[in-house]
Amino acid sequence: MNSELFIIPFNLGLYFILIYSVVRSTVWFRDLSRSDKLRLQRGFFGRPFMQSIREIFMESLLHRKIFRKNPVLGYMHMSLAFGWFLLIVFGTIEADFFGERHLNPPSHAIFFRWFNPGHGDTGFASVYNFWMDLLLAFILSGLLLAMIKRFIPGMMGMKKTTRHTWVDRLALISLWLIFPARLFAESFTCGANGSGSFLTGNLGATLASFLPAAQIAPWFWWLYSLALGTFFFLLPVSRYFHIPVELFLIFMRNSGITTGDRSSSYTEVQTHACSSCGVCISVCQMSYAAGIHNIQSAYFIKGLRNDRDISAITANCLMCGRCEEVCPVGIELGPMRLIERRQGERQDSIPGFLERYSLTRKRSTIERLPTQSYSYLEREDPARADVLFFAGCMTHLTPSVIAAMKKIMESAGVRYRFMDEKGGVCCGRPLMLAGRDREARELINHNSDIIWKSGAKILVTSCPICYKVFRESYYLEAQVMHHSEFMKNLIEEGSLRLGYLHRKVVYHDPCELGRGSGIYEDPRSVISYVAELQQATQEKNMSLCCGGSLGNLTLASGKRALIAADAAKILTQSSPDELITACPLCKKTFVQATDTKVSDIAELVAAALPEPARKARSRIRRMTARTLADG
Amino acid sequence: MDQANKFGFTINRSRLIDYDRSDRKVRDYVTLMEPSFRLCFACGGCAATCTAGYHKSFNLRRMNTLIRRGEIEPLREEVTRCMLCGKCLLVCPRGVNTRNVVAAAAAAIRKLDRNEL
Amino acid sequence: MKEALKHIVVAGGGVAGMEAAGALAEMGFRVTLVEKNNDPGGHLGRWHALFPDRRPADEVRHYLRKRIEHRNINVITGTTVEKIRHHGHEVAVDLSGGTEERADAVIMATGFDLFDARRKEEYGYGIYDNVITSAELEDLFNNGRIVKADGKEPARVGFIHCVGSRDEKVNNNHCSKVCCVTAVKQAIEVRKMIPSCEVFCFYMDMRMYGPYYEELYRESQEVHNVNFIRGKVSEASVNINNRLVIKVEDTLAGRPLKMELDLMVLMVGMEMSAPGAKCAAASGLPAGINRFLETADHHFGNNLSSMKGVFYAGTCTAPMNITDTISHARAAVEETVRYLNRR
Repeated sequence: MNSELFIIPFNLGLYFILIYSVVRSTVWFRDLSRSDKLRLQRGFFGRPFMQSIREIFMESLLHRKIFRKNPVLGYMHMSLAFGWFLLIVFGTIEADFFGERHLNPPSHAIFFRWFNPGHGDTGFASVYNFWMDLLLAFILSGLLLAMIKRFIPGMMGMKKTTRHTWVDRLALISLWLIFPARLFAESFTCGANGSGSFLTGNLGATLASFLPAAQIAPWFWWLYSLALGTFFFLLPVSRYFHIPVELFLIFMRNSGITTGDRSSSYTEVQTHACSSCGVCISVCQMSYAAGIHNIQSAYFIKGLRNDRDISAITANCLMCGRCEEVCPVGIELGPMRLIERRQGERQDSIPGFLERYSLTRKRSTIERLPTQSYSYLEREDPARADVLFFAGCMTHLTPSVIAAMKKIMESAGVRYRFMDEKGGVCCGRPLMLAGRDREARELINHNSDIIWKSGAKILVTSCPICYKVFRESYYLEAQVMHHSEFMKNLIEEGSLRLGYLHRKVVYHDPCELGRGSGIYEDPRSVISYVAELQQATQEKNMSLCCGGSLGNLTLASGKRALIAADAAKILTQSSPDELITACPLCKKTFVQATDTKVSDIAELVAAALPEPARKARSRIRRMTARTLADG
Repeated sequence: MDQANKFGFTINRSRLIDYDRSDRKVRDYVTLMEPSFRLCFACGGCAATCTAGYHKSFNLRRMNTLIRRGEIEPLREEVTRCMLCGKCLLVCPRGVNTRNVVAAAAAAIRKLDRNEL
Repeated sequence: MKEALKHIVVAGGGVAGMEAAGALAEMGFRVTLVEKNNDPGGHLGRWHALFPDRRPADEVRHYLRKRIEHRNINVITGTTVEKIRHHGHEVAVDLSGGTEERADAVIMATGFDLFDARRKEEYGYGIYDNVITSAELEDLFNNGRIVKADGKEPARVGFIHCVGSRDEKVNNNHCSKVCCVTAVKQAIEVRKMIPSCEVFCFYMDMRMYGPYYEELYRESQEVHNVNFIRGKVSEASVNINNRLVIKVEDTLAGRPLKMELDLMVLMVGMEMSAPGAKCAAASGLPAGINRFLETADHHFGNNLSSMKGVFYAGTCTAPMNITDTISHARAAVEETVRYLNRR
């Protein structure tokens, strides 16, 4: 009879986790909004399905993204995930093919060697045996790396590794025990029976030469089963829950579900899909430049998962978006944090064990009362204009940018009106970054009213912060353009005659313009037109934050200066003549942090204008007409 | 007026910052939440550049002084007018984290009303 | 046999350097005075009149020039001191251009640089025509006419105090000490030259620390009708008439204030001089947080450096006025002589 008692822990664990997964997925599905349900259904039975399967293979098993980021770390994850996957697949085949019966229970494949101790001496079976040993060795090599990573994170190129709760530790120990236990269990059994391939066979023979292998083997089979069972039971309450949840997340994301602006089961799934891998910590400037090590996205998500009062963590983030770019799981960390910022004040509620892991539990949401009110703003009646220039609050502190824009627009013959010449009203983006969307709406309405009344076809702004909110949260007829896009258009249609400046410059992508709005190429092509553009080591989607970000309400000025100094140092590595940015806030921040000249892209272009500026009034009409036609 | 006459001295009391009687819980809370609050030397740069202050009475420099003196009442409405635009942050010669001072002051007043300070 | 004269190199030919060189030569030492510009005189060379009594700067310039007309003094111009190092019992001084001077002692009198007003972009220096620095106003005084960029006389002039001083945003937390009284002096001069011109000083604190400074402040109000508004100007722009518009809070009235100006004078503060800082860094002489040279003791060793045979004089250690600079230079000479006699 094959029914050894030691398979019980494994079986219990396996059936528990299978049932749990089904119930949990059902609950999450049930809690989705109606439209998201529909999306998921369509996604599951449509083209996104194959896409998801492919992604699961590439990311959840092969861990391609982590591989690209850090090959050693990628290998570690791949050997454990893909190796284990292969071991299960080929183990099942092995049991079905070489076992007494076909279609065995899972335990039969997992403990195959126990049930077939003498298997695999000759021919194809021995080749297969070799393959199974190779897979085990593959996994064990990854495990060795995991241990190194945990104890000496620096060796893996990781600056910091995440901290664990005791449940995580227990789960980690059981996970770590699984494969060594299997190795020794198989080796002792092989040793006692003179079977096994290069790994289990040789190790078994050696062990059997001085130990009673037959008596010791069952103990290790018990350990193997217990480790597996414990791991399965702890899975839903430990960080390793991310492994199954990530599969669910992939299906949801490929079906077109997005985070949105309030918590939902999608935010729940994302919360649980975080593997705490710590890649977000490594890229966080707050960590390596400013020495703040407890607010990174991994900790933020962990706080969410454990329902802690994380308001301090939530607030203390630059919202630069670098972590989101590198997150191997693809969690929308920015929107997740903004959702949390929209919450009201919260007490630290530490739930009981059962409450904490109850299937229906969600992070409690607290309605935040409005803190600001702008009913004092009076309506304005602006003059009409085709092109409206909105400098933005910050730009009023960089008058050279305004002067440059005036010069450029006059030179190109643009008939514009300077909307906030006498000081306007804030665009609302800083309020949104602070989670005060409702209040921001008041400012948005105020500004929208002015823009609509002006009848503008184009709204140009010099501030990426304004640009993002104009584009995403305003309902306008006017086409919103950042001044770099606007200048690019003027250059391309020939309205601007520019000389060439013999300067080497480096371009810094402002967070809100680059990662925030996806504008990477327009500023670069404008710069290349008038100067020699050098490459920065960290640019485009991995561009650094200047440290001045309005996304952080609590960061002290000294810490900001550290971030700015570090970023400026990296940007000016190639000793450029000038550091070019496209954001008044970045400019103000960098000026303080470097001796290299810092200019806005508009200043650079204005410097390339011939003196005296020639007018080309007719050309803008053409452009406006074209924009109208496009619209 | 009746009250004032009854005690004679109360007429002038409202004009006086009675530092020994004033409630400095709000000041302590704001200082705790934003230590740079203490750095203000009242230059008025924030109030000069303020986007909101251009439209309606909102004066961070004055707010800072009043909180230090325990004078909270005049701030109740004012504190809601800030747009968080951050210009003051760029102007402040002392590196006060101005926006967080406003946020902390608003939170402190809410807590004061709920007796949570 | 007559002992060879002891040799001292003085780095910097401004007020401190000239006074120190003169005093040492008078006492029988051989002095090499190294000056980066083509003429000694330092910032004083540009000034028209001095606070608090508005005495012509020429008088002090004349005194100092006489002071260094001594056969023991060799003046090397157009040259900077690059590095100071020990060489046996002597001090070796590397000069720009690759030459070397051997000396028994060195006095660092590298002085200060005026704050580059472009770094305070919101004030529009270098962007708007009618924004000038306090030093450029002295140029106008020397020319005998105060005019705007269009050649016309201003009807309203504003003085902005603390530009580049007491400002974390430009990494200068220190007070430059002399700008307040300079602004009052210049305000009076503007009022005297153009009686119809309104003059405003925008200050954070009036730091009238020296003798007769407070009296000058009083006189500016009593006699010359200079207006004082307590508030830091946050930014300047130009309006459609090309007139400057400044934003400030009138902190005493408690309300934001907007004002049009014809001419805006930025009272630029003092910073450690760039060549001085470079030399100090190369020589291993420590600088303080304010980037001025750190003296051995703020009370009893204010002329002493951390390096044997190297002494400090004047504004390379901290902002100071001319009176204090001369006193400080004389004290440095005393310390130097004491050191040479003891050796």
